[in-house]
Amino acid sequence: MNILVCISSVPDTTSKINFKNNNQEFDDNGVQFVINPYDEFGLTKSVMLKQELGAKVTVLSVGGPTFEPILRKALAIGADEAVRINMKPLDSFVVANEVSNYIKDNEFDLIICGRESIDYNGGAVPGMVSELLSMPFVNACIGLAVEGSKVILLREIDGGKETVSVNFPAIIAGQKGLVEESELLIPNMRGIMQSRSKPLSVLEPSNQEIRTNSLSFSLPDKKQDCTMIDKNNVEDLVNLLHNEAKVI
Amino acid sequence: MSVLVYAENWEGKFRKSTFEVVSYASQLAKSINSEVHAITFGNILEEELIKIGDYGAVKVYNYNKINKSNNQAIAKIFTEYQNFSVFIFSNSFASRSITPILSIKIGSSYVSNVVSLLDFNNKTVRKQSFSSKAFELVKINTEKVILSISSNAFGLIENKVNCNIELLDTELIGNLNIESQEKSRGKISLSEADIIVSAGRGMKGPENWHLIESLASEIGAATACSKPVSDSGWRPHSEHVGQTGKAVSPNLYIAIGISGAIQHLAGVNSSKVMVVINTDPDAPFFKAADYGIIGDAFEVVPKLIEAIKNFKN
Ligand SMILES: Cc1cc2nc3c(=O)[nH]c(=O)nc-3n(C[C@H](O)[C@H](O)[C@H](O)COP(=O)(O)OP(=O)(O)OC[C@H]3O[C@@H](n4cnc5c(N)ncnc54)[C@H](O)[C@@H]3O)c2cc1C
Repeated sequence: MNILVCISSVPDTTSKINFKNNNQEFDDNGVQFVINPYDEFGLTKSVMLKQELGAKVTVLSVGGPTFEPILRKALAIGADEAVRINMKPLDSFVVANEVSNYIKDNEFDLIICGRESIDYNGGAVPGMVSELLSMPFVNACIGLAVEGSKVILLREIDGGKETVSVNFPAIIAGQKGLVEESELLIPNMRGIMQSRSKPLSVLEPSNQEIRTNSLSFSLPDKKQDCTMIDKNNVEDLVNLLHNEAKVI
Repeated sequence: MSVLVYAENWEGKFRKSTFEVVSYASQLAKSINSEVHAITFGNILEEELIKIGDYGAVKVYNYNKINKSNNQAIAKIFTEYQNFSVFIFSNSFASRSITPILSIKIGSSYVSNVVSLLDFNNKTVRKQSFSSKAFELVKINTEKVILSISSNAFGLIENKVNCNIELLDTELIGNLNIESQEKSRGKISLSEADIIVSAGRGMKGPENWHLIESLASEIGAATACSKPVSDSGWRPHSEHVGQTGKAVSPNLYIAIGISGAIQHLAGVNSSKVMVVINTDPDAPFFKAADYGIIGDAFEVVPKLIEAIKNFKN
C-alpha cells in the first residue's frame, strides 16, 4: 500500500501572532515552526499502518525551503520519503493543484491530510484535491481501519459520529482520534540517524493560478478589564450577566 | 447575481445555525437588490420548510431522496444552480465537507470562517485566521464565490417573506457508503450553543463533572472541556475546545478550573462574554475574561447553580 501524508509547517501554538509590511504578512521573527497539529495524527497513523500492513509512506509539503525541518522530522518519525514542492502556499487552490498533480504522477492508495491548518484555517485543500482527482473525500476523521481494498472511517459529524466506508484510492482529513494524543510518535535517536539517508526531493511547481489573495491582517480589539465578583456574592454575577452583559 | 444558501437540517428540523446563514444570505442579497434561494436535503415537513421564509429566502428546493451525509452527491446537486454566483454555507462539518468539492466543480473561490458581509464593490471579505488570534481580509479573484460563515458571528435577522417550496426527487448515491450513525442525543451541540460551560483540570476528576452538568442544564448550556481533560479520557474528544479542538463563539462562555493557556484561549476568545472561576488569582484566563470569581469551583459552582435557580424564579 502506498500512503501519502500531506503536512504543513505552522507557527508553534504558543506563538504570539504579529504582522509586518503594513499588516500584509505574518511576522515570523522569533517564531518556531512545527508540523501542523492536525497533520501529526495522520502522520503517526500512517507509520502505524506501515508497521501493521507494510505500507510505503511519503510525506509531501507545498512550501519554501523553511518547510524542510518538518519534512526531516516526519522522516525521523518513520516516513520513507519526503517531497517538497517549492512555492509559497498562497491559497488553498494553488496548493490543492500542486498536491493533485503530484498524486497524478505517482500512484497512492490513501492520502491523509489534516482537517485544517492552524495558521490560515482554510480547511479546503483535501476536499479540493479529492474533486480534482475524482476520489472520495471523508472529512474530520477520528478513526481509520483498512479492510482489503476498502477504508473504514469513523468521522465526526455535527452532533455525533458516523461510520463510512470508501474504496481506494481515497483522501481523508484527520484530527485527534485517528490516533490518541498519547500515541503520537516522536523522533528517537535511531529515527533521526536514519532520516539523514532518506530521500527528500524538491520539485518545482507547475501552475501558479490563485483564486484568493490575502490583503491584510488585523488583531482582535483589546479586552476591557475583568470585573471581579466576590465568591460569596455569586448572585451579583447572575445580575451582571442579565442586566449588563445581557446574555442570560 | 442571486444568492443560494445551504439550509442544513437535522432529522427534518432546522436549527439556529441554519437561520443564521439564511439571515446572512438575505443581508447580502439585499445589498445587491437580489434574492435568496435555499437548498435542503431529506424529508422535511412543509410547515418546517416555510420557516426559511422567516429569514428572507423566497424559495426553497427540497431534495427528499438525497442523504445529506453524501458530500460529493450534494456538491453535484449544487452545480445545477449555475445561474447563482454566491453560495452561502455554515461552518459545520457537513458544510465544510461539501464546499471545497463544489468550489472545484464550479471554478469558484472559497473562503471559510467568514465574519463580515461580502463587499461586492471591492470583492473582499473578512475571515478568522490563526485560530481566531487574528482576522484576515481576503480578496476574491473569481466571478463565483462560496463562503462558510462563522457561527454566531451575525445572529438572526427576521425578515418574513413568502417562501415557495419546490420538491425534487432526484436520486444520487455519491461515492461514500454510510454504514452507521451514532448521535449524542438530547444534548445541545457546541456549535449551536448560546451558552457553554467549560471545565478543566481544576475539576480534579471525571467523577466531579456532575457539577458542571447541573450548571449547564440549569442555564441551558452545552458542556466543553480543556485539552488535557479530553486527553485523559475524563470527557469525550468532541468536547475539547481550543486551537487544536473546536473553535467556539457562544454569547457566554463560563470557564471553570481552566488556566487559560494561549492554545485554549485561541479557540474560545471570540465568545461574546467570558466568565472565569479559578482558585488562582494569577491564572492567565482572568486577563482575557469579562467577569471573574477567585474561588474554589467546588464551593462556587453549587452557589452559582442556586443563584441561577433563584434568578429563574
Ligand atoms: C500543540 C498544543 C496544542 C494545544 N491545544 C489545546 C487546545 O486546543 N485546547 C486546550 O484547552 N489546551 C490546548 N493545549 C494545552 C494547553 O497548553 C494547556 O496545557 C491546557 O489548556 C491546560 O488545561 P487546564 O486549564 O484544564 O489545566 P491546568 O493548566 O492544569 O489548569 C487548571 C486550572 O484549574 C485551577 N484550579 C485548580 N483547582 C481548582 C478548583 N478547585 N477550583 C477552581 N479552579 C481550580 C488552577 O488554578 C489552574 O488554573 C495545547 C498544547 C499544545 C502543546
